[in-house]
Amino acid sequence: MDLRFTDDELAFRDEVRAFIKQSLPDSIRQKLIAERHISKDDLVVWTRILNEKGWAVPHWPVEWGGAGWSPMKQLIFRDELQQAPAPEPLAFGVNMVGPVIYTFGSEAQKKRFLPRIANLDDWWCQGFSEPGAGSDLASLKTTARRDGDHWLINGQKTWTTLAQYADWIFVLARTDASVKKQEGISFILVDMKTPGITVRPIQTIDGGHEVNEVFFDDVRVPLENLVGQENKGWDYAKFLLGNERTGIARIGISKARVRRIRELASLSVYGDKPIIDNPRFRQKLAALEVEIKALEMTQFRVISNERKREKGKPDPASSVLKIKGSEIQQATTELLMDVVGPYALPYREEREADRWNEPSAGPDWAAAIAPTYFNMRKVSIYGGSNEIQRGIIAKAILGL
Amino acid sequence: MDFDLSEEQQLLKDSVDRLMADRYAFEKRKTYQASAEGWSREVWAQYAELGLLGLPFAEADGGFGGGPVETMLVMEAFGRVLALEPYLASIVLAGGVLRRAANAAQRQALIPKIAAGELVLALAHSEPQSRYDLFDVATTARREGETYILDGEKGLVLNGDSADKLIVAARTSGGRRDPAGIGLFLVEADAPGLTQRGYPTQDGGRAAEIALAGVRIEPGDVVGDPAGGLPVLESVADDAIAALCAEAVGAMEEALTQTVAYLKTRKQFGVTIGSFQALQHRASDMFVALEQARSMACYAAMMANEADVAERRKAISAAKVQIGQSARFIGQQSIQLHGGMGMTMETMIGHLFKRLAMIERQFGDVDYHLEKLADTDGFVGAQ
Ligand SMILES: Cc1cc2nc3c(=O)[nH]c(=O)nc-3n(C[C@H](O)[C@H](O)[C@H](O)COP(=O)(O)OP(=O)(O)OC[C@H]3O[C@@H](n4cnc5c(N)ncnc54)[C@H](O)[C@@H]3O)c2cc1C
Repeated sequence: MDLRFTDDELAFRDEVRAFIKQSLPDSIRQKLIAERHISKDDLVVWTRILNEKGWAVPHWPVEWGGAGWSPMKQLIFRDELQQAPAPEPLAFGVNMVGPVIYTFGSEAQKKRFLPRIANLDDWWCQGFSEPGAGSDLASLKTTARRDGDHWLINGQKTWTTLAQYADWIFVLARTDASVKKQEGISFILVDMKTPGITVRPIQTIDGGHEVNEVFFDDVRVPLENLVGQENKGWDYAKFLLGNERTGIARIGISKARVRRIRELASLSVYGDKPIIDNPRFRQKLAALEVEIKALEMTQFRVISNERKREKGKPDPASSVLKIKGSEIQQATTELLMDVVGPYALPYREEREADRWNEPSAGPDWAAAIAPTYFNMRKVSIYGGSNEIQRGIIAKAILGL
Repeated sequence: MDFDLSEEQQLLKDSVDRLMADRYAFEKRKTYQASAEGWSREVWAQYAELGLLGLPFAEADGGFGGGPVETMLVMEAFGRVLALEPYLASIVLAGGVLRRAANAAQRQALIPKIAAGELVLALAHSEPQSRYDLFDVATTARREGETYILDGEKGLVLNGDSADKLIVAARTSGGRRDPAGIGLFLVEADAPGLTQRGYPTQDGGRAAEIALAGVRIEPGDVVGDPAGGLPVLESVADDAIAALCAEAVGAMEEALTQTVAYLKTRKQFGVTIGSFQALQHRASDMFVALEQARSMACYAAMMANEADVAERRKAISAAKVQIGQSARFIGQQSIQLHGGMGMTMETMIGHLFKRLAMIERQFGDVDYHLEKLADTDGFVGAQ
């Protein structure tokens, strides 16, 4: 047992850190530090810088652009991105549909899509959830019916993150209504430019536009866009949802936010001393840091167990990472709220970019705090809500 | 980074686990507890045979050169069965002082006997008023020619009533709460002027209050620098915290295992209570708390030998905070989920809870360590 990074791992971390420092455009970094949204272009620019270096899809098979890193190195890489802070490559492409395609897709699909995902030539979004199918995803109603050499898709998806930027959407659709609900679902790739698709924005409680409704009205998709076998889509969806273990806890993001908390708490004076010198505040911060440290060690344990596990099988212990990681992320935003205090109140709309140049009410960093707090409530809801994760632990680990 | 046990460590773990399974059924524990000393000399001899009693000592001194990871494995096994023997008192605490501060003659005289199970020690560092402050020492060590004369009261001396010798912290100079001026002294349990009052503790163990009135210490029984004992105590306390973290993990794991087993068998409303989602989620939260605690017990073991004292203390405090929080949650919920069965002395679950509640208050509780951490710059440094 040796719980220190090896020299090799330390050297790797320094290499990643140096690369990010040298290559990440400062404007992007500053937006992330200030908890402001980055634009589509920002992510494209950064993904291409990573791809140039061969680091856009390091966890993929080497033949499709993977870097051949150990799980620990992949984790270090993610953590360094999150801590910088630098944007992570678009999850819907590199962590979700990419692995489904290289694992279950046809050769043609691999050749056509994988390089474009790595370079963010195609922006992907995830068409799983529906108004009537959230946690009980398998009850989805969107249908795909064979019609000559096409699928005819009808129905509605919702909560579709960044569909407004998307070139492609991967859709779970019902292709057989006569069997058990998990056994009649297929996984289909759909070009967002296809006639019959309508995207309607949903404004979230932070005021942002990050999710959408996507409507399918007689959308005609070539049969060859089916991934794997017909009616096996549920297996691929489970693979996809269980696939994202490394970095699921977003510990690097929480670490970066702790730095931000310290910085802002040093700037914010209450009475005659900065908030960072308030003993009660310091203890709350210390308690949070303990949780982060513990989760970081837990994450290392999950990763080092990974090589002993059957390949491709998710570790139910990753539910621990999801639950704790999301709770910690939310707790960091609560501390930010404590720091900003009453000047959490003034609202300004981020979409009106020019208004960010007007003088702010209160400190110029204050306006982003409450929206961040509001927005982070999502992390315990999506990706399998924390209640669903508790169910997984109870069943898969405790055998209840 | 590598969480795998080495071959020797795995061997150690297996043999300790086997011994505990063999010797520590809950009913047997009751008989050990009922004996005069409150623990089993016979089991102690088997620890000696397995090499556990010499484990942390250097090979040159007659030990086996184990480190904090080895201690972790042993303590975790002890935690699972609520072992009563004075391992923490004699091997981790008193032994830890000897390892760090004793001279060659003292080590030669004592360590082989400790390792053989022939000599039991206890550490008398705390006092009725000192709570968690290791530097709060009112007991005096007055110099008289070549000897020292000890006067004062030591409190909560773990297994003080069955120790052959005590290591006593006493002040050679300075005021009650001065960091400097604390000495460590070896005292025979039956030394003239020493009286001790042993008593049972809430968790089934034993401790003693010890009064010292003119106890004479010969020069050969002064351990280390007679004014520089505090850093030794601090470092020993950190070892003890790491050990307690591991013990707590063992106890928490057992509490969760027993609770889940109960959820699967106890029926109400015609179904097993484990089919109720409220209880499934509670059990899942207990699992999360256990995983976090286990991670920090590993972290404590990794950092217990850290040369940078500030980093070491920070890590140990963080571990103790996590253990304290997890122990409270898991302990309380194990009782809750057992219903009335959690409230009886007859089942083990209540005993696990009680031990966990006491570990929370040994060598600093959550508030104490949070306050320490709050004085640092935390773990997330500038990038
Ligand atoms: C910001 C955001 C972005 C998203 N992006 C996407 C996306 O890009 N693509 C996509 O497909 N989906 C996306 N989602 C949808 C997300 O996956 C769902 O919100 C999630 O699966 C929960 O479903 P639901 O919202 O219908 O809630 P429900 O399933 O209705 O849950 C409501 C509450 O009931 C609880 N609950 C449900 N079932 C159980 C149970 N069995 N036991 C105990 N409690 C239960 C839940 O935990 C929750 O607290 C996004 C969601 C959000 C908030």
